[in-house]
Amino acid sequence: MTARLAVENLKSPLAGPFELELAPGECAAISGPSGAGKSLFLRMIADLDPNTGEAALDGTPRAAMAAPAWRRKAPYVAAESGWWRDAVAEHVEASAREAGRDLAAQLGLARELFEGPVQRLSTGERQRLALVRALVLEPPVLLLDEPTAPLDPDSIAKVEAVLAARLKAGAAVVLVSHDPQQARRLGARPYEMRERRLRPLG
Amino acid sequence: MTAISLSPADLAIGASLVAFDALLSVLLRLALHRQVLWAAGRMVVQLVAVGYILRAVFALRHPAATLLVVLVMSAIAAHEIAARPERRFKGWTGLGLSAGGVAIATVVTVGLALLTAIRPHPWYDPRYAITLVGIVLGSVLNAGSLSLDTLLGGITRERGAIEAQLALGASFHQATARLLREAIRRGLMPIINQMSAAGLITLPGIMTGQILAGLDPLEAVKYQILLMFLLAGASGLSALLMAYGALRRLTDERQRLRLDRLRE
Repeated sequence: MTARLAVENLKSPLAGPFELELAPGECAAISGPSGAGKSLFLRMIADLDPNTGEAALDGTPRAAMAAPAWRRKAPYVAAESGWWRDAVAEHVEASAREAGRDLAAQLGLARELFEGPVQRLSTGERQRLALVRALVLEPPVLLLDEPTAPLDPDSIAKVEAVLAARLKAGAAVVLVSHDPQQARRLGARPYEMRERRLRPLG
Repeated sequence: MTAISLSPADLAIGASLVAFDALLSVLLRLALHRQVLWAAGRMVVQLVAVGYILRAVFALRHPAATLLVVLVMSAIAAHEIAARPERRFKGWTGLGLSAGGVAIATVVTVGLALLTAIRPHPWYDPRYAITLVGIVLGSVLNAGSLSLDTLLGGITRERGAIEAQLALGASFHQATARLLREAIRRGLMPIINQMSAAGLITLPGIMTGQILAGLDPLEAVKYQILLMFLLAGASGLSALLMAYGALRRLTDERQRLRLDRLRE
């Protein structure tokens, strides 16, 4: 069976080489000290930083598609979310706003927040809404950089429930997380990033 | 034309005003007298030198000499545009960009004026070509450096927002469209102000010069209007080329944001 996400000999002058294969519904949880290269790895898969090597989706190499098309299928959600409009809803295409409202509600966010300005959001609310922006694309792969770091336990459970549903639907998720329990709860394969190399744990 | 010729004594009387500035600086302890005197001295030397060079080049009426003067002036403008922004490109990228922008904006606007409206004989007559290039370069420099500075500063500041869009599948063009508009708008501000203020708040330099030199005010005004149009075109071209060119050099074939091409 072809892997949903296959990463082969991915490297840059700063990190790698990396190998990773995820079947549909599989999740890799990466832990490791800050500066070890976790975010670099996700950015390289998303092709946001210069790199060589191959990444493929269901057997189609990313080189065969335009970069924006690839990133739409494997969106990267940074640990610090960036915003480019005033209102939250404007960050989601009009046709996907209804789905966005539903997802926001599932993540425990009041409806007013989705319609309101970005300025008024807390760090945790921004983080969850940044995740919503990626989820509405219905991507087969998700690259998530510490999606639950600034959240309270109740919100963490809600985010994990949404992620579990996506995994069940066949998405592959690469997740940076410092919580070994989170990897276990999501049934994720644990990895450790050390000195810019990725190693399976346990 | 009945220009009133100035004698050295006339200039000396004018220079007493600079001496007044210097005296003011000493009395009020502004610590500016050295700078005032140095700047005034420099200005005199620069202008006298330019006067002699222009007289020689005008007398020669040789296309090569005209071209040389135009190239030196353009090179200085290109260097200024590349050196002014707070964030700059690594290596020669910035200079290549500004040189290209200056060349295109200047050649198009001055060429248009020389070949259609003003039409001297020959068309490269240094008296017209060099003077026009000098005036146009001022606007090219102003618009280009404002546009470039706005773009490079903005793209550094808004890195998170731009990469967030790219990470969700936006094209580089989409992710930077707003910044491009902002940079070009900033570049066009000076010429818009200049045109709105012309005649009411300021008497534009060329017109004033021609009137002082004895030309009929209405003739001088016509010249000034044509020049303003040229400057507007040059500003727009310069702002557009700098901003667009800089954006192209800040991305690659995979539509990444390449801030690593800027100096730290």
